[in-house]
Amino acid sequence: MNTIPVRVTGDLSALPGSASGAKHVVWWGNFGFMLIEGMAFLLAGACYLYLIGRSPSWPPPGDALPDLTWSSIFTAALVASQAPNLWLLRESKRKREKPVRWLALAMTGIGIGLVALRAVELGHLNVRWDHDAYGSVVWMLMVLHTSHIATELGETGVQTVWLFTHEIGDDQYSDVEDDSNYWSFVVLAWLPIYLLVYWVPRWV
Amino acid sequence: MTNEQKAELTRTWADPPGLWGFLTTVDHKRIAARYICSTIALLFLAGMLALDMRLQLSQPGMQRMDPQEYNEAFSLHGSTMLFLVSVPVMEAMALWLVPLMLGQRNVAFPRLSAFSYWLYLGGVLMLWVPHALNITPDLGWFEYPPLSGPAYSPGHRADIWAQMITFTEVAALAASVNIVATILKMRPPGMTLARMPLFLWAMLIASLMTILALPSVMLVTSMLISDRLVATHFFAPAGGGDVLLFQHLFWFFGHPEVYIIFVPAIGFVSAIVEVFARRPMFGYRAMVLSMVAIGVLAFGLWVHHMFAVGLPRIGNAFYTAASMAIAFPAGIQIFCWIATLWSGRPRFDTPLLWIVAFLVTFVVGGLSGVMAAAAPLDLQLTDTYFIVAHFHYVLVGGAMFPLFGAFCFWYPKATGRLMSEAWGKLAFWLIAGGFNLGFFPMHLLGLMGMPRRVYTYPAELGWGTLNLVATIGSAIAVLGGVVFVVNALVSLRRGKPAGPDPWGGATLEWAAPSPPPQHNFDWMPVETSLAPMWDAKDGLAVMEGLATGSREVLVTSLVEAEPEYRQHSVGPSIWPLVSGLAVSALFVGSIFTPWALVWGALPVGAALTLWFWPTRPRATAGPFARRSG
Amino acid sequence: MVRPDPMKWRVLLPAFAVTSCSGAQTPLDPVGDQASQLFSLLTLMLWVCGIAYALVLAFLGWTLWRARHVLERDPPEVAPEDRRLNHGLRIWAGLVAVGLIILAGGSYVVDWALSRAEREAALEVRVTGHQWWWRIEYRDPATHQWIETANELHLPQGRTALVLLGSADVIHSFWVPNVAGKMDMVPGRINQVALTPRRLGWFRGQCAEFCGSQHAHMAFDVYVDSPAQFAAWLTAQRQPATAATDPVLARGAQVVTQGPCAACHRLRGTPATGRAGPDITHLASRHALAAGTLPLTRGAIQGWIAQPKALKPGTMMPAIPLSAADADAVSRYLVTLK
Repeated sequence: MNTIPVRVTGDLSALPGSASGAKHVVWWGNFGFMLIEGMAFLLAGACYLYLIGRSPSWPPPGDALPDLTWSSIFTAALVASQAPNLWLLRESKRKREKPVRWLALAMTGIGIGLVALRAVELGHLNVRWDHDAYGSVVWMLMVLHTSHIATELGETGVQTVWLFTHEIGDDQYSDVEDDSNYWSFVVLAWLPIYLLVYWVPRWV
Repeated sequence: MTNEQKAELTRTWADPPGLWGFLTTVDHKRIAARYICSTIALLFLAGMLALDMRLQLSQPGMQRMDPQEYNEAFSLHGSTMLFLVSVPVMEAMALWLVPLMLGQRNVAFPRLSAFSYWLYLGGVLMLWVPHALNITPDLGWFEYPPLSGPAYSPGHRADIWAQMITFTEVAALAASVNIVATILKMRPPGMTLARMPLFLWAMLIASLMTILALPSVMLVTSMLISDRLVATHFFAPAGGGDVLLFQHLFWFFGHPEVYIIFVPAIGFVSAIVEVFARRPMFGYRAMVLSMVAIGVLAFGLWVHHMFAVGLPRIGNAFYTAASMAIAFPAGIQIFCWIATLWSGRPRFDTPLLWIVAFLVTFVVGGLSGVMAAAAPLDLQLTDTYFIVAHFHYVLVGGAMFPLFGAFCFWYPKATGRLMSEAWGKLAFWLIAGGFNLGFFPMHLLGLMGMPRRVYTYPAELGWGTLNLVATIGSAIAVLGGVVFVVNALVSLRRGKPAGPDPWGGATLEWAAPSPPPQHNFDWMPVETSLAPMWDAKDGLAVMEGLATGSREVLVTSLVEAEPEYRQHSVGPSIWPLVSGLAVSALFVGSIFTPWALVWGALPVGAALTLWFWPTRPRATAGPFARRSG
Repeated sequence: MVRPDPMKWRVLLPAFAVTSCSGAQTPLDPVGDQASQLFSLLTLMLWVCGIAYALVLAFLGWTLWRARHVLERDPPEVAPEDRRLNHGLRIWAGLVAVGLIILAGGSYVVDWALSRAEREAALEVRVTGHQWWWRIEYRDPATHQWIETANELHLPQGRTALVLLGSADVIHSFWVPNVAGKMDMVPGRINQVALTPRRLGWFRGQCAEFCGSQHAHMAFDVYVDSPAQFAAWLTAQRQPATAATDPVLARGAQVVTQGPCAACHRLRGTPATGRAGPDITHLASRHALAAGTLPLTRGAIQGWIAQPKALKPGTMMPAIPLSAADADAVSRYLVTLK
């Protein structure tokens, strides 16, 4: 006998076949990945602060400060992109097909613009990664965040293509929600890095 | 459920046949099985390396191995045991057991578990193929710069080691996210957090620790490769970098890592003690709080690996206090386990013997750890054989012994047969006895001044006898290991058939048939207490209603485990393997050129796109709608 | 103050019973203040941890003994009352806490005592780690110059030497267990350790941080001299290299000070000023060669010069091919450098 006696006490078939927000199990996977990457950012920031403690001045003697212009433009644009992002989040919770499609397309376009701005910004850091530890850690922070923007752009772009070419189901609206939440994470994660790279050397 | 429905359920959850089924399966049990077989094979290889080293050290001045061979041996042994065996085997046991203990049909993210294995396999190959090609990493399992930096380690050995870690780190993180989501959102109705078996608490905590600790080693190994490949100056004092930054980042990961290995073992011990004492664990709440305390405290201890590097005294004093403090929850747990046995009706079958060996052995390791936690005393103990003894006592006694017990305990569930008790007891005595004979003398050797990582030593220092004893003990333990594995293999064919519940288990995995069908359970069990199988007087309470024609799992609420919705569970897919290959190419390439990160990202992006591409009908509205004729 | 203490030996007798302990490189035979304090802490640890382990074994043993009487295979007890055990848990928790507080307290007391010694240092020594040898420099109290030697450390009895530790390449660790705990030598930092030896004699130190292929052969000799002996030794070390007194020795001196050796080695008072390798001005005053790897004899010296990588694989010392006559002269000259 390879089975045990059971008695049936309930029926699950009436349950819905999908959910959204934190009820949805994939939301938790997304959150898990945010924790992982958030931890990486936190530790990279800690490296930056640690190296300040090991240096007589910051930036070290002979190093120039990074330009504020392009980084401020980028930061303003990134924060501004939260508006359409949160709008997209709301529309996806309401499961409205047309707004979700066109807002996703808009976010993809905005993402491309932000990556272009970031590329210019990287050219104005005024230090090379192989020049000294200051250069290395500044580039590390910037490269970590840039790779996040790039992968987020990739995900948003692929989603947009799919949204336009397919019927959108509940699970896909949840995917759009998760992508939106991740975009918010990318925006929030930038703010402390922006302060560390561009403002702390001016304050220290 | 009718017979037709059962047949349909079996068909729905079946894998495609043959090699294609092997490559595309997302059945958590099949994936866990390949993980466990891989870790056993690597455990054997690491054990051979250990025997090799022990033979070299059995007498002073031996010349079996030259320094290069010896340094490769201890580096490969340590790296294999820590990155390719200890953590992965715990993940694998969790992957196999968690859905079963939750009454579920699969984990939250089935393809992610397959991906996790392929990345792990990539890590195995990343380390062992270079060994076959004679470019073995040779700087230990934590390669400190500047020795591992570009100036003192030309070539690619150090990069190979660093990138192996990246593979295994991604695999571990993927597995951990999977386990956390499964445990938080896929518990059976009635399994509130307060009624969750201790093993599930252990895996939840260990997985959360993994999520927070592994990014540190990812970061630091990437920084090391960067220093070596593109001339960054993170760890180069001449460029304003700091050698100790590596150590801080590495041990911020490294200390939680050893608790990530130990905490699942807490789960194994608790499960086995309960069943073999035939009463629920004494001190459930104390056990949970202790595990949480250990999980949190583990992140505040890392500097105790750095007591001799010259950090300020006041910092060392803090870490002494924290390192001793973590012995408090561990001590509580020891009491609870023994108390459960004391007040229960113990049956001394092999799994319980392993628990007794755990108690006797692990406590020695814990106490030697408390000794090393005193920063000034550590200045005599660190980097000597005392520490080698300490960490083997806690890792072997604290993780391996419970693992062997767990293996014997759940083997009948996985295979439908029991392992031989006689051969199991022989293996037990050989391993437990051999280990203690082999490693206890190392405490004395350390106190007699023998440093770590030396390929030989002079005769005048009097270390020969104890080294010989250590070698003999280790050899006995390895022999015991062989007996254990042979028992496992032979019992597959000749073991006594076990029904669903040969031990009188308390938790839900014992409600499934042995071995479980691919869909695990025909119904969704309901949890009525911490020991639902013992409560089930007139049959286990269950619910029906999950689909039989498509793959479905139940998702429940976070704290109270109220049913919320039915989640479609993904079936077999080739994309985890394809993505694994693409990611492996990116990782291997980036040892040789940073451009691999850019170019390698393209196939990875393509593979992930295909992985996540939803399968739904084409759009019927909007600019790209299908035109129906 | 350290006096021979029979109690110590009784506590650790089992350890010694198992071994033929030579005692020259062990924390169990403390000759310095630092090692003595650490030995006391070790003893406290062994007592407290020993009692703790005994308690665990006793509880476990009682459990196993009780279990003898359990034979029937009853169904499991589902909701036991555990009042006695709850009480026991509280007592146990209290014992663990008390034990840990005692040990932490002992650790802080010893740590404080160790820090005091550093402030009372009388002698300054600078030790720099290299792969795989030790550059040792003494601050001359008279002239404040650094007097350099290698691989052998002399310390005056009863005085505190403050050893400043640095590294020329990778991380090493300076460890003379009979005298004090270890301290790492980290590139980019200067660490320090105080040594206050109280007993005369020879002891052995060894590198205690993996530093590459010959980490196992990076040892150094430590001689604790009486203050008078130490002063005499330092005076001798201060002198330039012994002059050659006959034609064979002169030939040897010429090869050493003007030939390939001079590129890496220094002999004060001669044209040889190389800094990549050990200072050999007083090579023959030392007792070992190649950081404790070989004895200091003419044969060993000749073998080392001719085939260093055969004796210490991976060493930075290149093989120096010399004619038989030159090799003979060189080794004769080097053993006069006392």
